[in-house]
Amino acid sequence: MSPMHRDDTVPTHAVSPQMLAGAGRDPARATVIENPKLAIRRLDFYYGGFQALRAINMDIAERQVTAFIGPSGCGKSTLLRTLNRIYDLYPEQRASGEILLDGRNILDRDQDLNALRAKVGMVFQKPTPFPMSVHENIAFGVRLYERLSRTKMDDRVEWALRKAALWDEVKDKLRQGGTRLSGGQQQRLCIARAIAVKPEVLLLDEPASALDPISTLKIEELIAELKSDYTIVLVTHNMQQAARVSDYTAFMYLGNLVEYADTSTLFTNPAQKQTEDYITGRYG
Amino acid sequence: MTVLARSAAQRSRSRQALRSAAADVLFRNVTRVAALLVLALMIAILVVLVVQAWPAFHRFGWHFFSGREWDPAHATFSALTSIFGTLVTSAIAMVIAVPVSFGIALFITELAPTWLRRPVSTAVELLAAIPSIIYGMWGLFVFAPLFGEYVQPWIIEHIGSWPWVGVLFQGPPMGIGIFTAGLILAIMVIPFISSVMRDVFSLVPTVLKESAYGVGCTTWEVVWRVVLPYTRVGVMGGIMLGLGRALGETMAVTFVIGNSHTLGVSLFNAGNTISSTLANEFTEAVGPTYTSSLIALGLILFLITFVVLALAKLLLLRMAAREGSPT
Repeated sequence: MSPMHRDDTVPTHAVSPQMLAGAGRDPARATVIENPKLAIRRLDFYYGGFQALRAINMDIAERQVTAFIGPSGCGKSTLLRTLNRIYDLYPEQRASGEILLDGRNILDRDQDLNALRAKVGMVFQKPTPFPMSVHENIAFGVRLYERLSRTKMDDRVEWALRKAALWDEVKDKLRQGGTRLSGGQQQRLCIARAIAVKPEVLLLDEPASALDPISTLKIEELIAELKSDYTIVLVTHNMQQAARVSDYTAFMYLGNLVEYADTSTLFTNPAQKQTEDYITGRYG
Repeated sequence: MTVLARSAAQRSRSRQALRSAAADVLFRNVTRVAALLVLALMIAILVVLVVQAWPAFHRFGWHFFSGREWDPAHATFSALTSIFGTLVTSAIAMVIAVPVSFGIALFITELAPTWLRRPVSTAVELLAAIPSIIYGMWGLFVFAPLFGEYVQPWIIEHIGSWPWVGVLFQGPPMGIGIFTAGLILAIMVIPFISSVMRDVFSLVPTVLKESAYGVGCTTWEVVWRVVLPYTRVGVMGGIMLGLGRALGETMAVTFVIGNSHTLGVSLFNAGNTISSTLANEFTEAVGPTYTSSLIALGLILFLITFVVLALAKLLLLRMAAREGSPT
């Protein structure tokens, strides 16, 4: 594992105990989300013989930010990777249950994966610009779905870069290689690339964990900005980040969804002992 | 006592430091000598070739490069047919071997089920372990008769009448010839090119491929637009390795090319390459002009290889410049 993973094991970003003052317990509390964008039902997930997710039930709200937190190995990234079926690349990985996107089960065998991934974009932990120019990095994805004239494509590229708050920094470097940008710029390029195909859902897998604090701040501002148009699902092991940017937070542990609530409730008034222990840094 | 002990410790430490510094210097010099030795050898080979080829160049002048005669009886020699054969057989080999190797590497790294990967890559690598003379004998005794009997007549009949490309596939179906030599060369260089391609393809970070799949690419689009550009330096290296082998390959080509110093447009003609001519005629060469002409051929092969490698390097630089990323 790379050094970036190190804070997996030691939750250094614990929420201060003051935030928990006046916490009352209401274990029966359930999170009800009207008209969810994504509805996960009885989802089990296996890596070969190992069960990584156990009977997950969860609704994800449209045009809100939902964060998955939990210690490493808890299944939060696995859960994220089921939402665009990227796990499908690996024959030994399989999921059972249902994931309804606008009411349609995307785990169906006849689901068109390319169409799904056009609707559900993904940004990874490390920036992954393609080995081509900044302009091409964005136009490439668009071209898979749409035939645009040159000017329309230029407009789309500019639109996506503006959305990702990157335009001003790269407008003179559009023909340069995407890999020559700084780490933070590369990550925003990847977000722009995901946005450019006009998805409905954006999956962000620890999008800032490889970045410096200023770039992280920019990404977080961007997430807040983007949620007016997109349903955003964010995996993070930085709990402060989850508290800052998300509307709903799910705490996972050992493949189970332990607690799921709106973010302020989960962080100030967790219903489960395990959640409280985790967010106060009592175990990782 | 303590002072003494400390200074003894210091001394031993400084001695150790000295020793490791000396080891460093020694090591650096050993590696430097090894590297310089290669350079010195190259220069020595070049010098010997130039000196010994000089009589031929002196005697025939530029005509040595442009003439078609190779007539030991009258001691008249020129290199065009050999240069032509060398370049054309290698080109045929590349045209066939590069796509096939790409397919093999693609299958092994991206498509094959895990249990099939190792057997396929081992089988391909074993091809590289077969001595070239075996390829030559197989080509002459097994492949060429079948090719001449069944495949060539069909090609001559059907493609030979096409405009433009037709002239490349005319003449008697002899089985042996330039085209057959190119085919055998292709089989011989496939293991080299495909194993390099496989190795560099498997170095592509998983997240990069996943993010390409993540924007909705098919496997083909991922490989063609992301994996291949990402690995272009390595892929080019593999192709150049194969091309280098093809240009210099001797025994297999000598068996199947027909060894004729004539020049024709049709790929089914018999021909010769620089290395096949050297292998065939060096022991029989009588007289200083004959020997010198053969050595001049060797020098030309040396230069061709150098130019090809330099062009490949240039191509990579231009690709990198177009893409705007450092390589």
